[in-house]
Amino acid sequence: MSRRPPPVLGVAPWLVLAFMAVAVTASFWYLALDLSGLLSGEGLAQMLRFAGGFFPPELAPGFLARIGQGTLETLAISAIGTLLAAFAGLALAVPAAGRLGGWARVPTRLLLNVLRSIPEVVWAALMVLAAGLGPFAGTLALALHTAGVLGRLFAETLENAPQEPTEALRHAGSPPLAAFCYGTLPVVMPQLLSYTLYRWENNIRMATVLGVVGAGGLGQMLFVSLSLFKQDEAATVLGAMLLIVGLVDLLSAVLRRGLARSGA
Amino acid sequence: MTATRASLASRDPALLPRLAITVVALLLLWPGLELAEFDPAALFDSRGLATLGSFVGSFLPPDLSPAFLRLVAEATLQTLAMATAGVFLAAVLAFPAALVASRALSISRIGPGRGYWLGEAVRLPVRWLLILLRSIPEIVWALLFVRAVGLGPAAGVLAIAINYAGMLGKVYFEIFESGDTRPARAILEAGGGRLAAFGYGIFPVALPELMSYSVYRWECAVRASVVMGFVGAGGLGQQMDLSMKMLAGGEVATILVVFFLLVLLADAVSAVLRRAVA
Repeated sequence: MSRRPPPVLGVAPWLVLAFMAVAVTASFWYLALDLSGLLSGEGLAQMLRFAGGFFPPELAPGFLARIGQGTLETLAISAIGTLLAAFAGLALAVPAAGRLGGWARVPTRLLLNVLRSIPEVVWAALMVLAAGLGPFAGTLALALHTAGVLGRLFAETLENAPQEPTEALRHAGSPPLAAFCYGTLPVVMPQLLSYTLYRWENNIRMATVLGVVGAGGLGQMLFVSLSLFKQDEAATVLGAMLLIVGLVDLLSAVLRRGLARSGA
Repeated sequence: MTATRASLASRDPALLPRLAITVVALLLLWPGLELAEFDPAALFDSRGLATLGSFVGSFLPPDLSPAFLRLVAEATLQTLAMATAGVFLAAVLAFPAALVASRALSISRIGPGRGYWLGEAVRLPVRWLLILLRSIPEIVWALLFVRAVGLGPAAGVLAIAINYAGMLGKVYFEIFESGDTRPARAILEAGGGRLAAFGYGIFPVALPELMSYSVYRWECAVRASVVMGFVGAGGLGQQMDLSMKMLAGGEVATILVVFFLLVLLADAVSAVLRRAVA
């Protein structure tokens, strides 16, 4: 007597698979994508010609110097943007954590949510309107989005921090700001710093691409090169982007491992 | 005497180191401010802020005219379709790549086998390719594909497919390797083929996790496809870019609200699907 093995998938996953199949079919139908035209003959030849334009990359010393400048600009955008965001985030986190009374909590939380849920690229497009093309717009865009992210994280940290030292200082007659600076800030500082560094890492990656909407750095160089059909220059910019992202990944992994070891 | 003691007591003992750190940080950041063309005065001097003010002021009331709503509905469907088609293509590309890159089916790892280095020589390049695909952000892929195949959703679909193939491929082969590999190994040791080992030993265990992660990536792709529209890759983002360039605040407000609702919807759908699979 043969026994059937238990089914690999239950009923619900099969339903999910069926739903996915329908969704995928509907999507291709709706977009009317001509992938066959893309992947055969003329389309493929055109793509290959486009890709071939990236080789060899432009390595003239003058252009490399501009790449270096663009890289520094990208790093500056991310650093200044993150720093501004850290200050703004802390300023917003104090009311959002309920330290200034309950009435301020809800509106600041709402503000933080709005700042956070608008993507960096959308902020950048808005800031290009206000500050014009260039790295300043990118800095402001990163600062606004990151202020929302950090503000929320900081508020959670403040809520979890012990209140007693601050209250003791207040009872001893210290003014509120000093009580906060000496009672709460030292306790939460390591956590705030680690959140800020983590966002900085993210922002370096983001700053390399924000420029494609005109907000400075390497992204803007890539956009300009591609617009002028200088694919060889674009290849060099892409190489620099990959290098930055790779270095940041490596550095953060090494730092993390070092910190974990020293902590353990 | 008492006065100096009082002033000593009221002084911050950590003042000097803190001041020093602040000064050093400022000195380090100064060139950064220059590089970032940090100039708040320009923001207030020029008409930039006034432009932004009147633009944001025109957000209310949102544009709810039937013609524009129809446009937004089409862009929303396009965004969803781009994300779905893109993630599907990404999974189609990622699956075979993950099979090649995974060490779970390596026969030479079972015993003192020959051919280990040959296997690695095939696996490593595939892993590097996956790293390359996911290291270039989707918005840059979108920019490249817009130049290659023209404006519109096709560029967005290809950008998601290529970028997410890199992410899915990595996670897929990690899932293959991290699950219980003993059934597959037993089949291989008993002389079964690799396809059988995969089909009966690994795939059944890994399938729920594969589906769950792919659905999660779909959720990310919905968010990303909105952003990619800003470089011309179709969907809600392209519509938002157009409305911003025309300084049509009411239209931007409508699109932003629809974008939030879409992200919430994608969150909810993804949560339901993943719970059903788990």
